[in-house]
Amino acid sequence: MSRDEMTVLQNYRLTNTVNHVYHNVEFYRHKMQKIGLLPSDIKTIDDLTKLPFTTKEDLRDTYPYGLFAVPISEIVRIHASTGTTGKQTVVGYTRRDISTWSECVARSLTMTGVGKGDTILVAYGYGLFTGGLGLHYGAEHLGACVIPIATGSTKRLTTMMVDLEATAIACTPSYLLHVAEVLEAEGLLGKLKIKAAICGAEPWSEAMRLQIEEKLGINAFDIYGLSEVLGPGVACDCIHHQGLHIYEDYFLSEVISEQSQTPVAAGETGELVFTTLAKEGIPLIRYRTKDLTDITYEPCECGRTTARIGRFKGRSDDMLIIRGVNVFPSQIEAALIEMGTTLPHYVMEIDRVGTLDVLELKVEVEERYFSDEIRKLEGLTRQIEKTIREAIGLSIKVKLVEPRTIERSTGKAKRVIDKRKLM
Amino acid sequence: MKQLSVFIENREGRLFDVLRILGENDINIISLSLADTNDYGMLRMIVSKPQVALSILRDCGLSATLTQILAIKLPHESGSLGRALAAINDAGINIEYMYGLCADGDEAVLAIKTSDVAQAAKLLKRAGIEQWQM
Repeated sequence: MSRDEMTVLQNYRLTNTVNHVYHNVEFYRHKMQKIGLLPSDIKTIDDLTKLPFTTKEDLRDTYPYGLFAVPISEIVRIHASTGTTGKQTVVGYTRRDISTWSECVARSLTMTGVGKGDTILVAYGYGLFTGGLGLHYGAEHLGACVIPIATGSTKRLTTMMVDLEATAIACTPSYLLHVAEVLEAEGLLGKLKIKAAICGAEPWSEAMRLQIEEKLGINAFDIYGLSEVLGPGVACDCIHHQGLHIYEDYFLSEVISEQSQTPVAAGETGELVFTTLAKEGIPLIRYRTKDLTDITYEPCECGRTTARIGRFKGRSDDMLIIRGVNVFPSQIEAALIEMGTTLPHYVMEIDRVGTLDVLELKVEVEERYFSDEIRKLEGLTRQIEKTIREAIGLSIKVKLVEPRTIERSTGKAKRVIDKRKLM
Repeated sequence: MKQLSVFIENREGRLFDVLRILGENDINIISLSLADTNDYGMLRMIVSKPQVALSILRDCGLSATLTQILAIKLPHESGSLGRALAAINDAGINIEYMYGLCADGDEAVLAIKTSDVAQAAKLLKRAGIEQWQM
């Protein structure tokens, strides 16, 4: 599709979406009325900047159904993700949204060379997390054979990989590297039929992608998405790996400057912002992803004309993605405070041990927690580990340290030390 | 008897720091025991001026505490420890930890931390076990 044709389609779908939210979502109607904006003021995508932004906080504040644009009777699926205060935000999909999502994932898989006749292991978590079911439906939509192995036993995964002659795998990149090491140790590398890996849900580097390709002798692709906007399948890279193709007929993208909140020039880095163009359940207007990247509209070597986003350069907030799970330092803080004792000084260290992300929480031992019995200190350690695990859904390691050994800062406390090298 | 316990992170030089602080402040260490885990150690000491040592260490930013323990005298004879502990064992009192304090002359002295210190002291006295005095 030429850019002109794409623009015509986007204009049409944007005006529809704006009308839809204005009439069906009180939150957007109020926001627009406050700045004297009517749906009829939005005629083309050039009018996009007139519209207000939507943030993760808006989703949280309107929890659970405040941003839904259809009655619950029209919703066929709910997914959820964690928020800054540990409170979940929920997203809902209509039957057509699920179909749109499947289409987007199917397009991504097609780009990776996966199709009918392929057997794909979906090794993402199934459940409220969008990874598992997102890839599952997309692959089925394409006619591929899906093995919904989910997360869990690596041994079972490598066995099925070989025995069922799987030709593709979808999982987080760090887990795939771990799987590659296990395969190597078991002497199974030569027995693989895998040709493509579709990895996402956490940031990874080009070097790591190449490492996976080399180790497994496959093509590795980067799939991007976020549950608020849809789930995995918002964008994916092609065999040329020159950025991720955005499905612009479904997602209108902008890159804005964090300071001025105005669009930056093509090629400049800023915060990625999406407006959904065909979503029914939760259409989002100018949703701020907090992901930092750049965008190019140049046609790709593969022939596709869609805009491409570059590798992510970080996030504009303090959210961490650990083993595919979103973690905010404030969640940890809230959990510690909720234990009934205030622990004013802690620091999180994230490291990649082997290929897996490991989160270690250092907490200072203060007078009131101190016991000279090791049993009691270990009990305290386990209690903190359990509380945090329940709060963020990830197991962590707690290490008690001496008082005043955690660096104090005069400004914003440095709570996170990310030692992971995106190889 | 008061025992001084100090939390020590497993880092180079931390034990030495504690010993240096005590030495500089003229506090004599009569006995010590060091229990260790992967991440930290627990230094338990009988010192000449426990209360003073506690406040100095706390001022230096260390997690320290005073714990009531029992220091019992035992003759150098086989079975003497077992006989002594039988008294508190029969009463269902747990021993949290113990270590040798000193051994001079005809007697050994053991430091014992029990779940019920007062009751254990009473039972040991009744069994004829003497407490050691600094």
